Amino acid sequence: MTSAAITLNHVRKVYANGTTALKDFNLAVEAGQFVSIVGPSGCGKSTVLRLIAGLGQMNSGQIHWGKEQDSRKLAFVFQEASLMPWATVQENVRLPLKLAGLSTRAAAAAVAEAIALVDLQGFEQAYPRELSGGMKMRVSIARALITQPEILLMDEPFGALDEMTRSRLNSDLLDLWLQKRWTVVFVTHNIYEAVYLSNRVVVMAARPGRVVADLAIDSAYPRSESFRTEPLYNQYCRQISQALAGASQGEPL
Amino acid sequence: MKVATPRWLSPEILAPLGVGLLALSLWEIAVRVSGIPPYLLPGPILVLQTLVQEWGSLFPALLITLQITLVAFLAAIASGLLIAILFTQSKWIERSFFPYAVILQTTPIVAIAPLIIIWVRQIVPGDNSTFVSLVICAWIVAFFPILSNTTLGLNSADHNLVNLFQLYHASRWQALLYLRLPSAMPYFLGGLRISGGLALIGAVVAEFVAGTGGTRSGIAYQILISSFNLQIPRMFAALLMTTVLGVTIFAALTLLSDYLLRYWHESAVKQEN
Ligand SMILES: Nc1ncnc2c1ncn2[C@@H]1O[C@H](COP(=O)(O)OP(=O)(O)OP(=O)(O)O)[C@@H](O)[C@H]1O
Ligand SMILES: [Mg+2]
Repeated sequence: MTSAAITLNHVRKVYANGTTALKDFNLAVEAGQFVSIVGPSGCGKSTVLRLIAGLGQMNSGQIHWGKEQDSRKLAFVFQEASLMPWATVQENVRLPLKLAGLSTRAAAAAVAEAIALVDLQGFEQAYPRELSGGMKMRVSIARALITQPEILLMDEPFGALDEMTRSRLNSDLLDLWLQKRWTVVFVTHNIYEAVYLSNRVVVMAARPGRVVADLAIDSAYPRSESFRTEPLYNQYCRQISQALAGASQGEPL
Repeated sequence: MKVATPRWLSPEILAPLGVGLLALSLWEIAVRVSGIPPYLLPGPILVLQTLVQEWGSLFPALLITLQITLVAFLAAIASGLLIAILFTQSKWIERSFFPYAVILQTTPIVAIAPLIIIWVRQIVPGDNSTFVSLVICAWIVAFFPILSNTTLGLNSADHNLVNLFQLYHASRWQALLYLRLPSAMPYFLGGLRISGGLALIGAVVAEFVAGTGGTRSGIAYQILISSFNLQIPRMFAALLMTTVLGVTIFAALTLLSDYLLRYWHESAVKQEN
């Protein structure tokens, strides 16, 4: 496969306390693909993202980047919002540009655009403690998008959101993805969200973390809200949910 | 902001004030009823009278002590902060030097103050010699809380944020300036509140040990000679001034801390649950 943007080969990750988070983990993500990873809690989804981002060492295996890919054009949305509590929304969103050496004035337009994208106009001067959990997460997404990344790693970005906001941000994310053609690796607990968004859904099992199912979602984009009611959609959801159930079998409770 | 009763009318202030006034009244009554002579225990009214009478000699002495305290405190802030930053730049520096900072802290200042005074006299001649050695003593006492708190704070930055800075290829300098120092701020300010009082105590203890008179003698020397001369009310007056100074330093640092952290830190923001 020559067009793979990121390839993980036989990756093994053992944490210092002896937990084998990943064992013989293989995944090839095509450039421009929207891949979702679903799996039970603690199966190593976050670990996969962190290793792709180069955060932390693996014990064996390799991660290859495609020739066309610039591993620096990567953005990460953490499972927690992880904002700087001493900084306003605006300053938090501006951070990546500030670290790149841009002045506040040079960054202003991009900051405003990113804040508008996640619908937080009017909260520019608010501090994180004044925001709800979902709003914090949206700030975190704006911070990730501001650098115009090519590869987007998202760790349950919409987990803390209500269903309405979630489906709105889902379609916004899809619109953006269709425009910008990012390569997205998206971790979620939500099967419906995974099917709605992705080209491909990877199901993981826990202890040790590994891939147990890999499904292509063959439905053309742009996907409208009505996709959520199609029989095909329901069939995919059922398939994944069965794979998940299989993955959790034999699990100690 | 809702319209509230003025702050000085809040129970937080009225309650301790009431307790204090009650205790002082009981003290005054007890002294009068029992007839204890003032050279054993003066009543609060006599102490206040003495304070007013002796203000001309006590207040300049207090200013000297304040000067020693402030210089030592500023030196402790600067050195504590710098060394803490140095520690976080390299684990090896921290491992090698931190134990000595602890030793410096745990050595009783009364015991080493005479040594310091003698040594400094060899280097700095004349009137300034005592001042310098007193500043060094107060600095030794005040320095450690700032160092240890700031070191802890610099290492307490949110793990994900540290990773984020790494992902965006932030320089060491950027990570320090935009992440570690702000994260350390509440810890550093906590250290300041401890150190401010300690600097004063260090200065007073060292003055006791130095025991020198002259034009630049501080409040501790006044306490000392008052007790030699059995001017107990004057001793109490000087003691009162020292205590008030200590409380003032603490209150000022608390206000500073609350002011700097007012927007974001749990210790300073008003929660509306
Ligand atoms: N820093 C760490 N030290 C030790 N063990 C860890 C660490 N981080 C994760 N683990 C372990 O590795 C395994 C995988 O963790 P990971 O965070 O990748 O799971 P996850 O799939 O993201 O779970 P969740 O859906 O709950 O976020 C877990 O069993 C966890 O206990
Ligand atoms: Mg996770």
